Parts: sequence; C-alpha cells; structure tokens
Amino acid sequence: MSGVATLTRLGRSEAEDFLFHEAALLDEWRLDDWLALFAEGATYEVPPANADDGVRSAESLFYIADDYERLGYRVARLNDKGAHAEYPRSRCVRMISNVRILNQTAAGCEVSSVFITFRSKADVTDTYFGRHRHVLRPVGGALKIASKRTALDMSSLRPQGRVSIIV
Amino acid sequence: MLDKLDSGENANPWVREDIAGARFKVSRKAFVDEAILKLEREQVFDRCWLYIGHESELPQINDFVARSVGGRDLIFNRDRSGQVRAFYNTCPHRGAQVVREPRGNAMSFQCFYHGWAFNNNGAFATRFKDGNYPPDFNSDGCANLKPVTRLESYRGLYFVCFLDTVESLHDYLGNACEYIDLVADQSGAGMEIVAGEQAYSMRANWKLLVENSADGYHAATTHQTYFDYLMKATGGTADMSTMGGGDNRGNRGVDLGNGHAVVEGYAPWGRPVANWIPPWGEAGKVEVARIRADLESRLGFATADRIARKSRNLIIFPNLVINDVMALTVRTFYPVAPDFMHVNAWALAPKDESEQMRKWRLFNYLEFLGPGGFATPDDNEALELCQKGYRNLKEVGWNDISKGMLRAEPFGDDESQMRAFWREWGHRTREGALQGVGA
Ligand code: FES
Ligand SMILES: [Fe+2]
Repeated sequence: MSGVATLTRLGRSEAEDFLFHEAALLDEWRLDDWLALFAEGATYEVPPANADDGVRSAESLFYIADDYERLGYRVARLNDKGAHAEYPRSRCVRMISNVRILNQTAAGCEVSSVFITFRSKADVTDTYFGRHRHVLRPVGGALKIASKRTALDMSSLRPQGRVSIIV
Repeated sequence: MLDKLDSGENANPWVREDIAGARFKVSRKAFVDEAILKLEREQVFDRCWLYIGHESELPQINDFVARSVGGRDLIFNRDRSGQVRAFYNTCPHRGAQVVREPRGNAMSFQCFYHGWAFNNNGAFATRFKDGNYPPDFNSDGCANLKPVTRLESYRGLYFVCFLDTVESLHDYLGNACEYIDLVADQSGAGMEIVAGEQAYSMRANWKLLVENSADGYHAATTHQTYFDYLMKATGGTADMSTMGGGDNRGNRGVDLGNGHAVVEGYAPWGRPVANWIPPWGEAGKVEVARIRADLESRLGFATADRIARKSRNLIIFPNLVINDVMALTVRTFYPVAPDFMHVNAWALAPKDESEQMRKWRLFNYLEFLGPGGFATPDDNEALELCQKGYRNLKEVGWNDISKGMLRAEPFGDDESQMRAFWREWGHRTREGALQGVGA
C-alpha cells in the first residue's frame, strides 16, 4: 500500500508540524478546521484523570468518548453561543512537546506527545497537562487523525472542574 | 413538610417561607458565609447519613477503597470475613493517613510512618517489643483503626454517620426508599458501579448543585444545545413534547420529607433500562424489549413501565444525587469552601447488562453528564455565575424559589424539590442562625 510507504517516511518533525498546527487551530477556536483534520470514522477520547493507560471507554466511565459523528456534534455545540461553559470563549494556549513516533502500522502512525494547556476565562486560569496519543494516517494525500486520546496526568479534575475545551 | 416549619420569631432568618403569599426566599448569605459553612458542617454533615459507596465496589474479600466523606478521610472495605466496614483513615499512633491508594485488595493495612499494622477488621496487628508499652496497652482498643461511628446500607448503597444517636438509615431515607428501589430493581442480578470515577470540582457553593441536580426548570434553557444534539443524533425522533414543562403527562416534583426530593417524568432521551432510540438499531430494539419483559415479569406492568419510560432525579439530603436519566449516575459532593466544592460521580448499571448495552449506556452518560458532557459543563457555568452574582448580596440579597407554590401537586419544572431541601436545611441550621451565626 502506498499509504504505508508514505507513513514510514513520517519523521518526527512532520509529526510535530502536524501537532503544532492542530494546537494552533484549537488556540484560535477554528474548530471546523480542526474537525477537518480527522479521518471519517475517527474517535476522540479523554479518560478520567488518574485512569490507567489501558482503560476502554466501552466498559469504563470516561470524560469524553466520541465517535466521529458525535465529535462533529461536539464541534457544532462549541460553535454555538448556547455552549455556555465556553461563552464567552476561554482563551487558551496549548504547548506540545516530547513528540515521539511510537510505531507505524497499516492502521497508521502512532505519535505520542506531552502537553500543557492553559485555559483562562473570567479571571480564572486553569492548567491541564498530560499526554496525547494520535494515530495519524494519510487519506487522499493529506495526513488525518484516525484516533486521538488525551490522558490527563492529574490526580483529579480539581480545580479545573470541566473539560469544556478540546484540551 | 409543615411539621418542620419554624415560624414567627423562631423562623430561620435565611429561609423565608410565606405560605399564604406563596413566596419562598433564601438568603444569598447561605452561599458565601464562612460561619454558615462551619454551622453546616456541625449541624448537617456531622449529623446526617452521608453516602460512602456501593457494595459492588467491594466485590471480593479484602477489597478496599479510600473515600472522603463529610470532610473525613475514610477507608471503606470488605474485611477478611466478608463483612463491609468503614474506618477513619488515620493512624491511632500519631495520625498519618494509613491507606494511600484510592483502591486495592489487602489483608491488612500498614502505616508506613512507624510501621503500625492493622488487620482489615481494624484490629491492631503489630507485636511491640516487651517493655515499650504496658502489656494491656490495647485493652481499650486505642491501637486499633477506629471504625466510623455508624455504617448502614440500603439496597447496596452504604452510608455513614458521625453521630451515634442518629435514627436508622432506613428511617432517615423514609419516602426516598421507593425511588431507590426503582433504581435497585432495574436488574434481577443486582446493580454495580461501573469502573471509572469522575472526580471534579465546581467553583460554587455545594447547595447550588443540590438545587441544580433536580431542577426541571432550567433544562430547556441551559441545555438547549444538548437537546439540539439529541434531536440530530436520534434522527429527529426524540419526543421533545416531553420537555414542554407545566402539567406535561404528569411530570412532578415531589417533596419526600426529611429534605429528600425527586423530580419524575418523561424525557426525550434513550434509556438503557429501557427506552429505545434509533441509534441502537434493530438489535437494540430486541434487547430493550427483552429488558422490558424482564422488568414486567419481576415487577408487574405498572412499575416496569414507570422504570422504563420515566426519568428521575433524586436528592437524598444533604449531598447525594441519583439521576436516573439517559444513564444512571450516583453523585456526591462536599464543600471545601463556601465557593468551592469537590464532586465525585460514578455510573451505576445492571450487573448482567450485555456488553453492547453497557457501551450504549456509557455513550449516553457522556452525551450529557460529567465534566466533558454536552450539559454538565453548562450547569457548572450556571452555578459559578450564581456564585459570582452573590458578590452583590448586600444590595441584592435573596434568591426566589417560589415557582409552583400555589399548586397542590407541583410540576416537574416547579421548584418544590428545592423548597423541600431548604426547609430541612433551614430547620437544621435554625438554632445557629438564631444565635447570631453569620450575623
Ligand atoms: S503515625 Fe502511624 S505508625 Fe506512627
Ligand atoms: Fe442541568
């Protein structure tokens, strides 16, 4: 498959470019463009803070476990003023670091990174930190997200209280 | 509850009920004042039955979980003989927390500081060298883990109380038992807490979450985007007429006494037990029909129909919420400060649920509930805005909770549920209020 051949050439700096671009789209609240980074059928998951790495959303309670369809609804909701938790919109900066290519399979290229996300709204600033695990795959010549999982390496969601942004 | 109404000179100054005038007001001081929080700790949290956990969280002998309840750190465990117990998580020696993992399985607990060890029934289990302590040192149990003052359960839900003279849990729950039964009876095999905990917080007074947890009034406005989503996700089939409010198909808010309350009625979402929605497909239809038939054979048509088609938001005074909605959540919370609370939430489900239905249940849970849901973050925002609004309390000092007072049977989008809570709260804090706390 030519896709696999493309993937084996995905180096760290390309992965970084992709993740930095994704972070910028989110910082700028360009959510439709962000959604367009996902391949059809992709999943987006945020397990609860303090969860073990292997937990599965089909049998364990998460914060977020979106299939592709619901991810679209999540974005539509966040684009609506009626998403009160993010209206007026919070200001955010997402720092991405320690990018590593973990492995390349037919399913895609698995990329891990660590992040710190600052979210500021109405004089309160919250910090989120943890690890992203992306599976990236070329679709029609462009690199797309086949799955994204954001593990919060915090012992609880206190005092942040919510994951109303895409962390 | 009229018998709890303290009137005239003796009325709690923070809760004003004018029955003739159909007005119910709560002082915003109750949400911001440090002295009132201290009073609540003494008169409410030190004296009421508080939820600690579900029996299913301790399936095996020697299982334990660490829990914060009512400002205490507790160990909730099943000992080596199978008995469920609760201990204060503090070493009798010089105080260190003994259990440091959130959960696990252990025959015994050991405090790492100086090494005192305890059987998981609390008994001190270290042999001191001769001469260090008198031979009868532990004859009064002073070296054992101290059991929580009271521990009782109802239908698998365990509660603790720090007051030894408190009434039985069953009496305390009173009329709320009927609604706990409607949850516990959803499976003949019993119910279980699903793995995974949502431990989060809100920058708001804890009583705002009590009010919000059974508030039928706010749903259509606060959660408009959720209902937009639901409409699309169900291919336009969600029955939005259930959201009309008022006297809609008998939706009701009920004062259950003792500060407990419930709102019960029809809603447009899917229910794993047991209300089918199109995304679950034909296989889901068969499964929901099977669950429904099982309910009917065990409980009869009327109860089965009530469980399957109606949703319920139940408040157990002071800080337990069981929301039996598009999924089933058990949620408890505790004030860390007047304007900050810790929240813990879990999913409850039938033990014998199929893999597929469990998946749909958790998918449903996350569509609305919790810190990443399509609704809870907006509740959080609303509560935090209320808390901010109370900065103006010197000039704008009272909340209005009068909606539906004129009705003999208040509707689900009236405010009788909150009034039930506030009457009990007012009753329990009245003496302190009259003695000038928070004045
Ligand atoms: S404090 Fe626990 S052994 Fe000393
Ligand atoms: Fe709500």
